[in-house]
Amino acid sequence: MDRINSLRNGPDEHGRFGIYGGRFVAETLMPLILDLEREYRAAKQDPAYAAELKHLATHYTGRPSPLYFAERLTAHLGGAKVWFKREELNHTGSHKINNCLGQILLAKRMGKTRVIAETGAGQHGVATATVCAKFDLPCTIFMGATDVERQMPNVLRMKMLGAEVRPVTAGAGTLKDAMNEALRDWVTNVDSTYYLIGTAAGPHPYPEMVRDFQSVIGTELKEQFREAEGKLPDAVVACVGGGSNAIGTFHAFLDEPDVAIYGAEAGGHGIETENGHAASMTGGRPGVLHGNRTYLLQDGDGQILEGHSISAGLDYPGVGPEHSYLHDTKRVTYAPITDNEALDAFQLCTKMEGIIPALESAHGLAQVIKLAPTMRKDQSVVLCLSGRGDKDVESVGKYLGLLK
Amino acid sequence: MNTRIDRRFAELKAQNRPALAAYVMGGDPDLATSQAILNALPQAGADIIELGLPFSDPMADGVAIQMGAQRALKAGQTLLGVLGMVEEFRRKDDTTPIVLMGYYNPIYIFGVERFIAAAKQAGIDGLIIVDLPAEEDDELCIPALEAGLNFIRLTTPTTDDKRLPTVLANTSGFVYYVSMTGITGGAIKSRGAVGEAVQRIKAHTELPVIVGFGIKTADDAAEIGRHADGIAVGTVLVNAVATSLEDGKATDKTVGAVRDLVAELAGGLQRARS
Repeated sequence: MDRINSLRNGPDEHGRFGIYGGRFVAETLMPLILDLEREYRAAKQDPAYAAELKHLATHYTGRPSPLYFAERLTAHLGGAKVWFKREELNHTGSHKINNCLGQILLAKRMGKTRVIAETGAGQHGVATATVCAKFDLPCTIFMGATDVERQMPNVLRMKMLGAEVRPVTAGAGTLKDAMNEALRDWVTNVDSTYYLIGTAAGPHPYPEMVRDFQSVIGTELKEQFREAEGKLPDAVVACVGGGSNAIGTFHAFLDEPDVAIYGAEAGGHGIETENGHAASMTGGRPGVLHGNRTYLLQDGDGQILEGHSISAGLDYPGVGPEHSYLHDTKRVTYAPITDNEALDAFQLCTKMEGIIPALESAHGLAQVIKLAPTMRKDQSVVLCLSGRGDKDVESVGKYLGLLK
Repeated sequence: MNTRIDRRFAELKAQNRPALAAYVMGGDPDLATSQAILNALPQAGADIIELGLPFSDPMADGVAIQMGAQRALKAGQTLLGVLGMVEEFRRKDDTTPIVLMGYYNPIYIFGVERFIAAAKQAGIDGLIIVDLPAEEDDELCIPALEAGLNFIRLTTPTTDDKRLPTVLANTSGFVYYVSMTGITGGAIKSRGAVGEAVQRIKAHTELPVIVGFGIKTADDAAEIGRHADGIAVGTVLVNAVATSLEDGKATDKTVGAVRDLVAELAGGLQRARS
């Protein structure tokens, strides 16, 4: 495809994907994100940086992650072949490590001496705490108090890795509030601190940078699928909270018109339930929060809603700006998946494939469960299995009545 | 452009007096009490009023102002409600400048064009929108300037000499120097550095420079007022509201608490030039 009509050109020099993205931050932070952008451009040109990242990906993360044919699930669904891109097998148990390694090398290049991050499910917090341990930088993780409760195993992991976990009690105590608090810390500790954002959202250049670090998912997937089946998949699917595993999966396929692309949003109690879901594209409208313009859950007066999802990682009222753009251009189909659909998918995957998926990834799987039976048997759908579900066994156990 | 802000600074200059800019959250703790507080500010000694537009996610503010915004939203405050407060204020006071201070999303959702018209109509003179840096001037700054509203920019310790011209290019009314890197309600680390920073900004602009963030007492006002064309206080006033409440509700002390504190700070500021 020619470059002019490519969907892979974004963002522009102002950090925009169409009308989305941008740099909506306080002046205190503006010089910092300009610095970061300069440093990122320089690093991208530096073969030593690329080589170090590649080495870490191979020997620390364990890349490439396998592409796996889910045979029993395929037979059960009775339609397209179902494949998993096994990001849950990465070191730390999710795709989050891909981005953290890229950014920690930047932090080191910039001479920063402290790292902060926000986390929802704790996957990004764990990945950040991990790279900070490895690179010997102190780190503070902001996590909503509600999420601290429902993702206790990850909280313990972070603490054992040497991170300070700061529970945030403002608002509903979820990812949005953690991000507010991380921004407050950053604006206070500008000289020393690197803010390691975990999703493809926030002010430019974060959405671009995080996407680039996660694009390894789609690039590998494309090659692995070609090796396995000699063609492109017919559909790729990923869950979307902020949307980092999704954009990482989608990006390599945006200019392949024969590949259908689906993003599973958190439908919570159902999209018709007011403030009962976290499907910002299906149920929200464009606004400005956390440094970017994007689809947001908000009331008529522009106040941000809390939203709800069973999955802490998807429980966020916004989404990365590139997804908003892909939603408007209709290149990607975003569909809500309810809590119950995700729970069913979680159990099905566990019982049929012996893989316990993260509740986030289970939303993607629920979309596959709807999709595969509508496709022909010679077609294929690939799910980005973005994280493993060990962290969720306690909360799912409670939902299923296995615990008191 | 000759606005209430320009005229007020001309008067203050003639009187050799630094400006006291007083910030209150529009709608805190309830709509009626907040209106009474607003109306009382000029008499108490505020030269300029910064009226907070409440937002659910005030990322650059400390706990005090966050709580103030939550009280206002819980009391049912909206953007239209804040504009209504200004309209009411203007019935009795046509000279005290009012600067609306807040975050962009409520304005974006209201509609930029519609907002500018309504703000002008209500009697607002300037805007401070925390999350609209110079890089996003096309959003609101340029249309607001064209309509005759001042767009006041925050400059911070991280705004170096190289960046200052970018930040000041479309700034009007006055420049708001944020005395520290951090959120509202923090503590100023070095008072001397504030004076130097103000001089650094003044080398780039003719506009008056007001210093805010971290000014809590009459002594702070006297000290910082020596180095600048004015000071801005916010957190202490919002805290005065908070401590006057009983069970979260306004008491007969609420309006007086803010009024007395403004008078005290104005008194401190008078010592700045003596």
